[in-house]
Amino acid sequence: MSTLVEVKGLKRYFDVPKGTLHAVDNVDMAFEEGTTMGVVGESGCGKSTLARTIIHLQEPTDGKIYLNGKDVTHVSKRELPKLREQMQIIFQDPYMTLNPRYTVEDTLKEPLAHSGRYDKGSLDKEIRRLMDMVGISGRLRMAYPHELSGGRRQRVGIGRALAMNPKFIACDEPVSALDVSIQAQILNLLQDLQKEYGLTYMFVTHDMSVVKHISHKISVMYLGQVVETGSTDDLFDNPLHPYTKALLSAIPTIDIDKPKNRIQLHGELMSPINPKPGCRFAPRCPYATEACSQPMSLREVTPGHLVSCCRAEELSDKQPVTAGGAAECQN
Amino acid sequence: MNFEHRKERPEDGKHRHGDGDGRRHHGHRGDPGKQFHRGDKLLKVEDLSVEYTSGKKVVHAANHVSFELNRGESLGIVGESGCGKSTVAKAILRILPDRGARISGGKIMFKGEDLVTMPEKTMEKIRGAEISMVFQDPMTALNPVRRIIDQVSGVIRLHNPELTKKEAEQRGIDILGTVGITPDRVRDYPLQFSGGMQQRVVVAIALCCNPELLLADEPTTALDVTIQAQVLEMMKGLMTQRNTALILITHNLGIVADTCDNVAVFYGGEIVEYGSKEEIFKNPSHPYTIGLFGAVPDIHSKVDRLTPVAGIMPEPSDLPAGCKFHTRCPYATECCMNGDVPVVSLGGTHICQCHNIQTVQEANKKEATA
Repeated sequence: MSTLVEVKGLKRYFDVPKGTLHAVDNVDMAFEEGTTMGVVGESGCGKSTLARTIIHLQEPTDGKIYLNGKDVTHVSKRELPKLREQMQIIFQDPYMTLNPRYTVEDTLKEPLAHSGRYDKGSLDKEIRRLMDMVGISGRLRMAYPHELSGGRRQRVGIGRALAMNPKFIACDEPVSALDVSIQAQILNLLQDLQKEYGLTYMFVTHDMSVVKHISHKISVMYLGQVVETGSTDDLFDNPLHPYTKALLSAIPTIDIDKPKNRIQLHGELMSPINPKPGCRFAPRCPYATEACSQPMSLREVTPGHLVSCCRAEELSDKQPVTAGGAAECQN
Repeated sequence: MNFEHRKERPEDGKHRHGDGDGRRHHGHRGDPGKQFHRGDKLLKVEDLSVEYTSGKKVVHAANHVSFELNRGESLGIVGESGCGKSTVAKAILRILPDRGARISGGKIMFKGEDLVTMPEKTMEKIRGAEISMVFQDPMTALNPVRRIIDQVSGVIRLHNPELTKKEAEQRGIDILGTVGITPDRVRDYPLQFSGGMQQRVVVAIALCCNPELLLADEPTTALDVTIQAQVLEMMKGLMTQRNTALILITHNLGIVADTCDNVAVFYGGEIVEYGSKEEIFKNPSHPYTIGLFGAVPDIHSKVDRLTPVAGIMPEPSDLPAGCKFHTRCPYATECCMNGDVPVVSLGGTHICQCHNIQTVQEANKKEATA
């Protein structure tokens, strides 16, 4: 397996009146071809900005982006369409990302027609195939976005991203707006496409159950930084970072026999504007010590399992217990 | 949490509060210490039907829905969008849109009185005070140009006109404190709050008059998991401390497993399966419920492929005859296509609306052993 997309030291800062907002701060991430990398974290942790920066919807402040080993950090306007054929994005909010004056057909036709690969007949066929693929019935072909339900709109967005058969797709919360049975259909569809075309996904979500289901590897982000990364099994069976542990314990499960030891985090997120050095989770962390105010970076604990917590080893066998700011609630 | 004790319900009606005499008692409001007895019957929805009319089309959003709710208990309403679950909540609160929506039949008995026929003036007193609702999107539920504290104390004053502005504000600050919003933030505007904080404000507003029934329509869908856990804990705390009854509308089965005592599965405006949490989660029996369970990924199980319900939900304006689910059902036979579907009792409180329940259960057992 080779690395398809890789980012190194990627930064994306925004200037805001109060200072500099560190949306993505020094992120290293590698996407193996044909696999899914799940990126999880709470809203505002920079996971969507990361996806948008990789896909060149935003210019990185610093760092490098590689596609197939080639540096594509800065591409010219002329090269961009070629790059976009290989890297696509499925957006989170289907209400804002469809042109309200485009019918379903127009939306799906635009990338196809732009490529110049289809004549009129095959274009028509291709549109029908895309619509079938994402589960939009033919009678909605001439429907405008406002006539569609949220779920159907999202399907159109997915169809549009898949139109050019890209290699790399950044999925930014693609199923969070969908009903469970539709969500399952879309997840299955994404998995089928991956098997068939060897697609590589970056799967951004805050739904831990979904990410566990679809991902091969997972990165957990907190306030712009990756705090833990590892294979799905490693991460779920042996979470190392206190934030990952809290995140996993908060997931509601349909298994009513499982005892729940929920770690409740207290306090709000630290502001991502001009953050202090050191661990950004420390103010909410039940295990924080003096050492946590020192700058921290990811380090490998077991092969392939990286964490940025200076107390990871000593806490690794510790099941979440009541301490400091964390209250455990027995269910 | 042990739910066993909740099953020992007193016989219907026998332990009911003495306010079924047609006179409304509002004395408990403004008295946060007032306790109700767990298990007393609070709400009984009987044969409720709601339709929307748009042009010549009639949409049957809820069809003959019946369920009961006792004090201190929680009911989870599960289903896909368009299945009528929000419509039922809105009908209970009588906040269906004036134009086009109509309660076409049935009764909603709340503390012995029918909310369907209640005059609007009385209804206004109940809304927010005895029954309140938490909406899905906090940003549209809050007024963006009013300070948080004004929005909370406004509701308190509306239902407690005897309070001065200052007293109402103090009570508002106390209530916001219980949802973890500190006094130094209460003069902020909603946009200065994070999504989680906004939703907690919405919950605080819903709780500020100590409602006896809380309707929560996807209360945590817009929230992150850690914040979601906080909000759910808060609502559970309310149920145990004040015996508030809760109707939780969600499509997240995990949240239902976490929070609810009973579950109603909605499809096409009907309850297709109803039972206690244990009954539904251990022995899902309607093909649609089984389909829902196959469709959700769970962190405690490993499946390579989800088994979603085939097809998509029919348009509510264009529901099929017979069993509404037969177009998507793998077990559908000819008898499902026409006529009424029998409601089968599966022991306890567990009921299921299906013609072929035996076939379904046998097939499911086989699958479980295979």
